[in-house]
Amino acid sequence: MAEPVLQLQNLRKSFGGLVVTDGVTLDIGAGELHAVIGPNGAGKTTLINQISGLLASDDGRIIFNGADVTSLPSNKRAELGLARSFQITSVLPNFSALENVALAVQARSGSSYTFAGIASREAALNEPAFAALNEVGLGPRADVLAAHLSHGEKRALELAIALAMQPKLLLLDEPMAGTGHEETARLVSVLQRLKGRFSMLLVEHDMNAVFALADRISVLTYGKILASGAPAAVRNDPAVVTAYLGDELE
Amino acid sequence: MTSTTIIPSRKAWSSDLAPALIFIVLILVPVAAAFGPETYLLGLFTRVMVFAIAALALDFICGYGGLVSFGQAAFVGIGAYAVGILSAHGITDILISLPVALLASAVFAWLTGTVCLRTKSVYFIMITLAFGQMVYFIAGSLAPYGGDDGMTLQVRSTLLGFQPLKNDRVFYYAVLLFLLASYLGCRAIVASRFGRVFRGAKENPVRMATIGYDVFKYQRIAYVIAGMIGGLAGFLLANVVEFVSPAYMSWQRSGELIIMVLFGGIGTLYGAIVGAASFLLLEDVLGGITENWKLIFGPMLVLIVLFARGGIAGLFERLLKRSGRG
Repeated sequence: MAEPVLQLQNLRKSFGGLVVTDGVTLDIGAGELHAVIGPNGAGKTTLINQISGLLASDDGRIIFNGADVTSLPSNKRAELGLARSFQITSVLPNFSALENVALAVQARSGSSYTFAGIASREAALNEPAFAALNEVGLGPRADVLAAHLSHGEKRALELAIALAMQPKLLLLDEPMAGTGHEETARLVSVLQRLKGRFSMLLVEHDMNAVFALADRISVLTYGKILASGAPAAVRNDPAVVTAYLGDELE
Repeated sequence: MTSTTIIPSRKAWSSDLAPALIFIVLILVPVAAAFGPETYLLGLFTRVMVFAIAALALDFICGYGGLVSFGQAAFVGIGAYAVGILSAHGITDILISLPVALLASAVFAWLTGTVCLRTKSVYFIMITLAFGQMVYFIAGSLAPYGGDDGMTLQVRSTLLGFQPLKNDRVFYYAVLLFLLASYLGCRAIVASRFGRVFRGAKENPVRMATIGYDVFKYQRIAYVIAGMIGGLAGFLLANVVEFVSPAYMSWQRSGELIIMVLFGGIGTLYGAIVGAASFLLLEDVLGGITENWKLIFGPMLVLIVLFARGGIAGLFERLLKRSGRG
């Protein structure tokens, strides 16, 4: 098997006496869509924050593309190709959708210590940004301020920002959170198209979406991986069924 | 093709009209002053422009970067003391004193910025205030340079042995050029790649970090730029007043700069010029009526902040928009 894009080795994090990440070991292969599911409070977002560098890990290692990034700050991890979306929408509200994405492009193309020229008119930044917006269906909304986008559009914008970073790994923290039925379906089809082109770690509560998209699923409860494997295997795992899936899928 | 469908949002022409008007007025002031108490008016407006430069720098970091500095006057003081101290040792040439003023401000901004920018919001305000007060007390303890009383400059800064700034009108236009350069410089930076990152850091620093920007480094550079512009204002102020004193960097001065920015309209750059002019001209006019002129100015500030969001600049732009529609 090829070198995995991401390896988590015995990762730990606790807040005071509360152990939130309790020895998580997990890997994501190149091009794989690996879903992490689990009940509320299982530690999914904490795990994503640890991987993206917003939270320091207490113990364990994070190997990204063969390099140990455990103690790197988040901006360095982003430079290496780790992109993330946020469960609670995190965009620049007073920037247009296009500029939100163009900033992500700018981070990877040339120096940002440039004090002349008009950044918002640079075609080299705007065109890839526009392409990313089109990818998530936001092309026609490029000039709208992010603050004025609908909730579903903001979720799509999160995704476009991450895509524009041309990441080696996408960390998606509940990309469908709070979206309506139609928008969820649209986002699922967007992710379906992206699948294979990017390695992805998907945290999501929408089980239909997860089982439609995932190559592999890990179930997280109380900060521990309860089960990990192909969707069919996880679905039938008795431990998982009692702990979590039970009422939803029976 | 996509390239034709991308229409980068252009700024309304009205945002160029106001600054253009301001600079035209400033160009014409000496002409008008010739018909009145010329020395007095030139002095007053030169001072207005000097404080406009300092306020502009504050608006740059505050309005575009969200960094509310309560220590901006420290840089003005450092710039002024560079002139004063060098002058006390017989060095009056601009080619030495101006670079020294800028360098000293830059070094101070770099060092204090490294500490201040680790903090956020109220803590940032308090720590910039603390550093400002530190410089204030250091200046007051400089016995060889006048201590609390400050010191008088023997001459205005010279250039290669000549005294071009001796003429009030030449000096006025020199300050105007510095103001124009500071304004255009800040405006260019705000629109540049660097400026976009800096503005983004104000909006959402966590998002900026997760797309790969070390926000702190950008903010520190902007802080240094603002510090240097403040130092430039100090260099000019020393020459306007021909006197240097710790009072330039008291926290009240920093507060006044914040008031100027709020009054004129935060986040517009030209608003800072309007704010500085309003503040100093009102001080002059109201000060002629009563010693307690701030009793009148205070309520005006409250009204502007409450009812004219975006200060005088915001008011102006809304009026323009309305007349453009009607």
